[in-house]
Amino acid sequence: MSFSKLPKITFWRAVLMLILAAGLYSTVLRFTKGLGAATNLSDQFPWGLWIGFDVLCGVGLAAGGFTLAAIVYIFHIERFHPILRPSILTAFLGYALVAVALLYDLGKPYNIWHPLVMWNPHSVMFEVAWCVMLYLTVLALEFSPAVFERFHMRTPLRIIKAATIPLVITGVILSTLHQSSLGSLFLIVPEKLHPYWYSPLLPLFFFISAVAVGMAMVIFESNLSSRAFDREIEMPLLEVLGRAMAVVLAFYGLLRLEDLWSRGALVHLMEPSMETVLFVLEITLGLLIPLPMLLFRRIREDRESLFGVAVLVITGFLLNRLNVSVTGLVASSGVHYFPRWTEVAVTLSIVGVGFLLFSLGVRYLNVMEPVRAARVPEGNRTRATA
Amino acid sequence: MSKAILVDTTRCIGCGACATACKVVNNLPLGDPSAAHDLPAKPLSDDDLVAFAQSHGEVGGELSADMLNVVQTHGSVFVRRFCMHCQQPTCASVCPVGALKKTAAGPVAYDASKCMGCRYCMMACPFSIPRYEWKALFPKVKKCTMCAPRQAKGQQPACTLVCPVQAGIYGERDDLLKEAEKRIHDEPTKYFHRVYGKEEVGGTSVLYLSAVPFEQLGLPVNLPDEPMPLLTYRVLSEIPTLVPLAGLLLGGIWWITNRREEVAKAENKTE
Repeated sequence: MSFSKLPKITFWRAVLMLILAAGLYSTVLRFTKGLGAATNLSDQFPWGLWIGFDVLCGVGLAAGGFTLAAIVYIFHIERFHPILRPSILTAFLGYALVAVALLYDLGKPYNIWHPLVMWNPHSVMFEVAWCVMLYLTVLALEFSPAVFERFHMRTPLRIIKAATIPLVITGVILSTLHQSSLGSLFLIVPEKLHPYWYSPLLPLFFFISAVAVGMAMVIFESNLSSRAFDREIEMPLLEVLGRAMAVVLAFYGLLRLEDLWSRGALVHLMEPSMETVLFVLEITLGLLIPLPMLLFRRIREDRESLFGVAVLVITGFLLNRLNVSVTGLVASSGVHYFPRWTEVAVTLSIVGVGFLLFSLGVRYLNVMEPVRAARVPEGNRTRATA
Repeated sequence: MSKAILVDTTRCIGCGACATACKVVNNLPLGDPSAAHDLPAKPLSDDDLVAFAQSHGEVGGELSADMLNVVQTHGSVFVRRFCMHCQQPTCASVCPVGALKKTAAGPVAYDASKCMGCRYCMMACPFSIPRYEWKALFPKVKKCTMCAPRQAKGQQPACTLVCPVQAGIYGERDDLLKEAEKRIHDEPTKYFHRVYGKEEVGGTSVLYLSAVPFEQLGLPVNLPDEPMPLLTYRVLSEIPTLVPLAGLLLGGIWWITNRREEVAKAENKTE
């Protein structure tokens, strides 16, 4: 660690401390005075930043876990093994923090376990609740080898490794179900959600965009970790991921265009509205700029450019989720919603805690494989390490 | 057979007795706090309730956790808004824990002890009816109960009981539909020719009659005639088929790629 890097770290630590202090204040406010005091939510606008960002975006951004697990274990593309564990850890932390965010947002958080025993299979929310609970368990199990290794627990390690394939298959199915179901949540508001975003295909769109953003997140995290932990980056892997992302994005783009066209929603582009601005922004940042960029090998192979593309895809994804869950619903609600600063503080704190836990995980557990191992030819590598 | 309420807005005189009666039976704060002094001691007889509500009517305001039935003015027409008690309620279908349920008697009932406060019902309700106790630390969802407790005792809802002009009447849904259509048939020039709630989102247990098109009363007219729960159920009902299929598919892919690798390894060894 070079000495010149210290001030930068201190600065970010100071920022983190400030955010966490604001988050702590907001937490106390939320759990002593209630949702009315801590949020700008209202009867007309009952879901805000915590659902739109913390839950919808959080679950989406954690999609790298199941995407990579499928690539490595189901499709046996072993080259990706070196970045699997960090992705599983990110996904696990992401989902755990989604659960924490839900505790803030639920009016009666102490009833969060109710879907376990009170069933309503007709409810999308019920399905999402179950999938998220089960998938969080799957992720914990998928990541558990790192913990077992750390404490030299051989027997549980052997058991969990034997169960790897069924676990991964379960995880992929659960992810497919709830990533798409988060879109299905909004199928019930055809007359409230703006036609740019309301579509019978919402579940499909949510799933495909989650796969794309899962890949973007892997590229994004690999860059950040290589910077933070002074590791060499696995560029050849990320280049392949970039190529795959281009395919998924192209498919997503075509499907959305076809859907917008067939529903006649594109006529709204003539209206100079907030929705039009946000829609154009979402499509431009998330599709129109990054997709053509990904077609150039030179861009895919360049670390900085590929990182830039990933940031664009993630931004477009965040805009999409916020548009579906917040801004696309503003017009029909008849009120303006903008998050209170305490809502923002909680959200930022949760993100900050995520970063903190991730770096702790990397420091104390075997998350990152030694860089050299990544270069060992495929045939010589054992597949067992999860 | 289930109970319903017919609101004939052409009869409503805007006295606001229904809004007051609703607050009294639901123990909600009155608009004029000093009026509480005139309130006879509980338990209130129906006669007491009628007398009090008719002399302390409240008009105006928006639905809130403290106002579950409000009389609003649209031009020269008074129209009261409260839960529509849908035949196939969206709120009940979206509630993950089944805290909201359509009862056989007619009312859509809410069980606060089950509720975890996700507010999906508020998001999903096509009539934007459910309200939340935002100021409470452990809030409940609030909406009209169609006086289910009173109905259980054989009494009619407080709002229809106290209406001095029978603008709101209570009865079997089938009978009320017939009555509504009879009124339109008998006085075709007086009424807009449609019973609101007969078809909307699969039908509701609150029906409206009006002299003017319903959008002029602030009622949503962009609703489909099919029950909203179908929108999500169509997708959800695919899951039991999709899960085993996906499991087979993923397992199959794994088997093939795994086999391919084993073969490759074996070939390497023999070389």
